[in-house]
Amino acid sequence: MSGDEPGRSYTGLGRTNLLETSRRRVRTALPPRVRANGLIRLGGGICGVLVFAAIVGPVVSPYDPTTQALEARLQSPSLAHPLGTDALGRDVATRLVYGARISLALAVVATGLRLVIGTTIGLVAATGGRLVDAVLMRLVDVQLAFPGLVLALVIAGVLGPSLRNVVLALSLVGWASYARIVRGSVLSVKRRPYVQSAKLYGTPWRRLVRRHLLPTVVSPVAVLATLNLGTVVLAAAGLSFLGLGAQPPTAEWGAMIDDGRNYLRSAPWLITAPGIAIALTVIGFNLLGDGLRDVLDPDHLEDTQRRRT
Amino acid sequence: MIRALVERLGSLTAVLFGVSLVSYGFVSLTPGDPAYTILRAQRQSPPSDAEVAAFRAEHGLDEPFVVQYVSWLSEALRGDLGTSYYTSEPVTTLLLESLPNTLELAVAAMAVSLLLAVPTGVASAVHRDTWIDRTSQLVALLGVSMPNFWLGYLLILVCSLWLGLTPAAGSGTLGHLILPAITLGTGLAAVVTRLVRTSMLEVLEAEYVRTARSKGVRERLVVYKHALRNALVPVVTIVGLQFGFVLNGAVIVEVVFQRPGLGTLLVDAVFARDYPIVQGVVLVTAFVFVVTNQLVDLAYVALDPRVDRGGDRA
Repeated sequence: MSGDEPGRSYTGLGRTNLLETSRRRVRTALPPRVRANGLIRLGGGICGVLVFAAIVGPVVSPYDPTTQALEARLQSPSLAHPLGTDALGRDVATRLVYGARISLALAVVATGLRLVIGTTIGLVAATGGRLVDAVLMRLVDVQLAFPGLVLALVIAGVLGPSLRNVVLALSLVGWASYARIVRGSVLSVKRRPYVQSAKLYGTPWRRLVRRHLLPTVVSPVAVLATLNLGTVVLAAAGLSFLGLGAQPPTAEWGAMIDDGRNYLRSAPWLITAPGIAIALTVIGFNLLGDGLRDVLDPDHLEDTQRRRT
Repeated sequence: MIRALVERLGSLTAVLFGVSLVSYGFVSLTPGDPAYTILRAQRQSPPSDAEVAAFRAEHGLDEPFVVQYVSWLSEALRGDLGTSYYTSEPVTTLLLESLPNTLELAVAAMAVSLLLAVPTGVASAVHRDTWIDRTSQLVALLGVSMPNFWLGYLLILVCSLWLGLTPAAGSGTLGHLILPAITLGTGLAAVVTRLVRTSMLEVLEAEYVRTARSKGVRERLVVYKHALRNALVPVVTIVGLQFGFVLNGAVIVEVVFQRPGLGTLLVDAVFARDYPIVQGVVLVTAFVFVVTNQLVDLAYVALDPRVDRGGDRA
């Protein structure tokens, strides 16, 4: 998309102290390093709050996200409706927390599918023959030749508007970066003595992959996937906004903005609230991804730098 | 150099072939019979079997997929992308009408992003680790995390509805271009700010900058004349590589501002299941994207002697 390049950092917050910490990087267990990173704490905190809201919000809200209450339509924020009501009298805050469920679930599922598809293809490309590699990498090139959202839009449109098809479309257009990273990592260790000796030892292929090849890709893939969660939330909201994702009366953030745009002047809270929710979610995932990258993959060079060296 | 170029052309052709196959082929994903769906939508009533058969024959939908694809591709290579199912207008004409609008928006957005990002990135790098740096990085994070359609409506609300400065929708004048360009440019600006900052930091460490400083050249001159010019070379090329990002965004931004362009054309065609238009837009978008990337890559190789030109060094 848009912004799908492997491990691209949007924020760079904390990148500067990274230089000092990375030199004396200690290979200890994950948790202390993770806790020590401010970006992870901040991003994780934001994501934690969102998950909490998604789980608890719908339980404590006295309203239903889809039941119409026309006598209470377009009310501005008040005590009874902290974020106001929409054109059909539904409580915006309630719809927002239900929307959080959809956005978070969708982000996790679509990113998971991308990860599985991409990792499999990258692994097969790296371990298969030259021909397999060439064919699969051309496939990667073809996927990357399309602006992601344009293709996702078309796939979702052709399959028919629904959340399931949005997930499918976003998975089909986003796996190539994973394939590239996995292939690169696996190729870099494939000829190493420990892998070669494991092979000579007669280690079965599955075990070889699980024990010796896949562990090298965990860090870069984890970083990419975390940053991807944000990208997917944005793209899914965009597709729903266009009318291709969640269908009325489902409470989904992008669709809520689409609903609210007709009342821009009279009820600006209708688009403000879901917009902030989307932005906050994406900020959370981006911070988390940047933090993870600093911790897990500190030697990572940005694309810019890689081109220059 | 020549060998590298031939190889590049070869893989480019392979990719473009794949692109055309994907652009054409997704229609076969359609659940049900497109002919039936389209006729039903057109007439508002279920069409008869004869009508469906006639429609299929007229648009070549009764042929096997491979035959359809080959004939579409060979026509496409001659510049004919078929006609709209609904209006019977040639797709090529529709594309040629829309493309300039989208390119105009894309270029304007890139200009906006550079105008925002270069000063911010430079300030960030020069005042590294100060509040200026942190604020600009925070703003960049916001810029990249906001859904652009939301930003678009906020801008419409503030600039058009409240302040009455710009028209809210449509196209044609410079006034119509400002808000969409800002909307689309903001996300890109966030990415570019980081590029400028990184590139600037790197250049400021360079020998020639140190030399300039030790000669007693004034700091402003060092920054703007010696450092910035060199820092911008990679930035400009990488901005070129962000073209796909811009095309993605343009689709949604055009819908928000109701601007005619590839995006609105595509979205309308997707909902109307007007597949020849969808196929045409996807093909052209991907083509523009691939070719831009290749040109930028080549420009980069030409500009920067440190880039490996393949084979030259051995």
